Amino acid sequence: MLAYIVRRLLILPFILIGVTFLVFFMMQFLDPVQRLAAYIKSPEELKNLSSEDIERLIKRYGLDRPLWVQYLEWVKKIVHLDLGWSEVAHQPVKDAILSRFPATLELALFAVFPVIWVGIWLGVISAVHRDRLLDQVIRVFAIIGWSLPSFVFGIFILFILYGVLGLFPPGRLSLWAQAVVSSQEFKSYTGLLVIDGILNGRFDVALDALRHLVGPIITLSYLWWAFILRITRSSMLEALNKEYITTARAKGVPERLVIHRHAKRNALIPVVTVAGMMVLGLLGGVVITETIFDYPGIGRLAATASQQLDYPLILGITLFYGFLLVVGNLIVDVLYAIIDPRVRLE
Amino acid sequence: MGFSWVLKGLFKSPTSVLGVCLVLFFSIIALFAPWIAPPEYPDEPYLLPKAGWSAEPSPPSAEHPFGTTEGQYDIFYGIVWGARTAFKVGLITVGFSALIGIVVGSISGYFGGWVDEVIMRVTDIFMAFPFLVAAMVLTTILGKGLDKIMIALITFGWMGYARLIRGSFLAAKEELYVLAAKAIGVSDLSIIFKHILPNTIYPVIIQASMSMGSMVVSASALSFLGIGAPEGYADWGQMISYARNWIVGAPGDALKYWYTFFYPGGAIVLFVLGWNLLGDALRDILDPKLRGPRGAR
Repeated sequence: MLAYIVRRLLILPFILIGVTFLVFFMMQFLDPVQRLAAYIKSPEELKNLSSEDIERLIKRYGLDRPLWVQYLEWVKKIVHLDLGWSEVAHQPVKDAILSRFPATLELALFAVFPVIWVGIWLGVISAVHRDRLLDQVIRVFAIIGWSLPSFVFGIFILFILYGVLGLFPPGRLSLWAQAVVSSQEFKSYTGLLVIDGILNGRFDVALDALRHLVGPIITLSYLWWAFILRITRSSMLEALNKEYITTARAKGVPERLVIHRHAKRNALIPVVTVAGMMVLGLLGGVVITETIFDYPGIGRLAATASQQLDYPLILGITLFYGFLLVVGNLIVDVLYAIIDPRVRLE
Repeated sequence: MGFSWVLKGLFKSPTSVLGVCLVLFFSIIALFAPWIAPPEYPDEPYLLPKAGWSAEPSPPSAEHPFGTTEGQYDIFYGIVWGARTAFKVGLITVGFSALIGIVVGSISGYFGGWVDEVIMRVTDIFMAFPFLVAAMVLTTILGKGLDKIMIALITFGWMGYARLIRGSFLAAKEELYVLAAKAIGVSDLSIIFKHILPNTIYPVIIQASMSMGSMVVSASALSFLGIGAPEGYADWGQMISYARNWIVGAPGDALKYWYTFFYPGGAIVLFVLGWNLLGDALRDILDPKLRGPRGAR
């Protein structure tokens, strides 16, 4: 157990260095002037550049020096969280990322509950009715869900919720709520608007934020519950075949209790353990959803940066995601190993 | 495990028959595109013909059976030639990522030791990024375009295959037939390609079929975001992005522009569904673990 954690921790720096290598390698496809943008600290430096100025800047930031020197200089900058200036966001890349991240985190966290809840519910039904009509219907439903691209399903949801029902608008807040949040009295504790709203006693703001989350959450969760359903179904089928289930039935325990008390509780272990992985997957999989619902998180920021060729921002977001997922995966794996001893044998 | 045996398995369940039919249907459309929708500019058949200059979509008519979308692009033409784009993108990206994955995974699994350790850590690094974000970034850096999309998707798409093949190799390495081949002095290359690979390729085939759909979706997603196919190119993702501004409809008539979304959306969903059903069926047929012990049934 300890050996497993130590081994993972020892590998971690190598993976992180590898991540910087890969991003640095991708940077090499840009010409020096484009790469220069990643070194600029404020927009003034970019204004009215003559070709001599560019030459001077390239010299100044050492972009004409050998690759390994450039790499070391670049890593030094990253360690100090200096990621350059973003034209799209009109602020340093670091600030642009950090100011959008809470929105994405809020979306991912709120999406986890419906995904797991619906996924487990359907998975249990599917397993209990194995190979009968209900099971078949759910499985067909799941395979269709898993074939729906998020940009098709998301637009469809936007059409229903906003176009037809007029209930759940895109964006993150209504104008009036935006005014409340940016006012002096409203304190930002977590950056998660629903929670901040409640902490500030402004339940109307929390409700408004929640209302804007409905569309993105449905879009995100529909794509994920097929996954949870699959895991629940197979582990439930496995649990239902165990001897303690036969014993419980032989004792005369009602079938409802056999399923929900005995089998389901044991079947949920693998589901709980994928939840952490799922949060990471949700954090990484929000580009399309955020773009469709005009939700101001990191995903939409990344899409805008790509569309407008804001290289420093794109590279910054890539690095951010790389580090986030590497460290996040490590935490999830270690927690997994603590919960389930079988993993340690690998 | 012959070909006819697989074929027989595919026609056992209604869902796999549906999968086969959908894939066949789109193959036929893609193959016969020049006859189904004759191109207006034969030199550049993938460019959508424009029926005018007004931005507003116009509903289906005799001349445009599926209507025209934003910018007066003909939807029917876009669906037909978009099927070709989908196959092109899918086959090339899946083919090359599988190939790279097979080579890398074979080396890693066969030689083991520090070679395996290094290759697997490199794989981890490539997997550190969310797939779509990574593909998006690389596409942007290489410059927009369908070929750049494909390069980006392959660059970040091979790791799954490598892991699959590596796992199978680690298991197969200890098998008697491999040890025997080694003992009589068969070369490494020949053991890899003639002995182990043919026995471990099935999971890759299943994975490849499943990822035909997801690769096409990823490519379309990038086109949807506007960093993929060039303006006016026959691509389902781009056609859906044309529909985006019209999806809410007109006041009092939410369904006014339904055709701009319905046809391209339907095409991509059915295409992906077909490949997923086919992959699911192939898994049931080819995966020995799901079949139970040999001869038990």
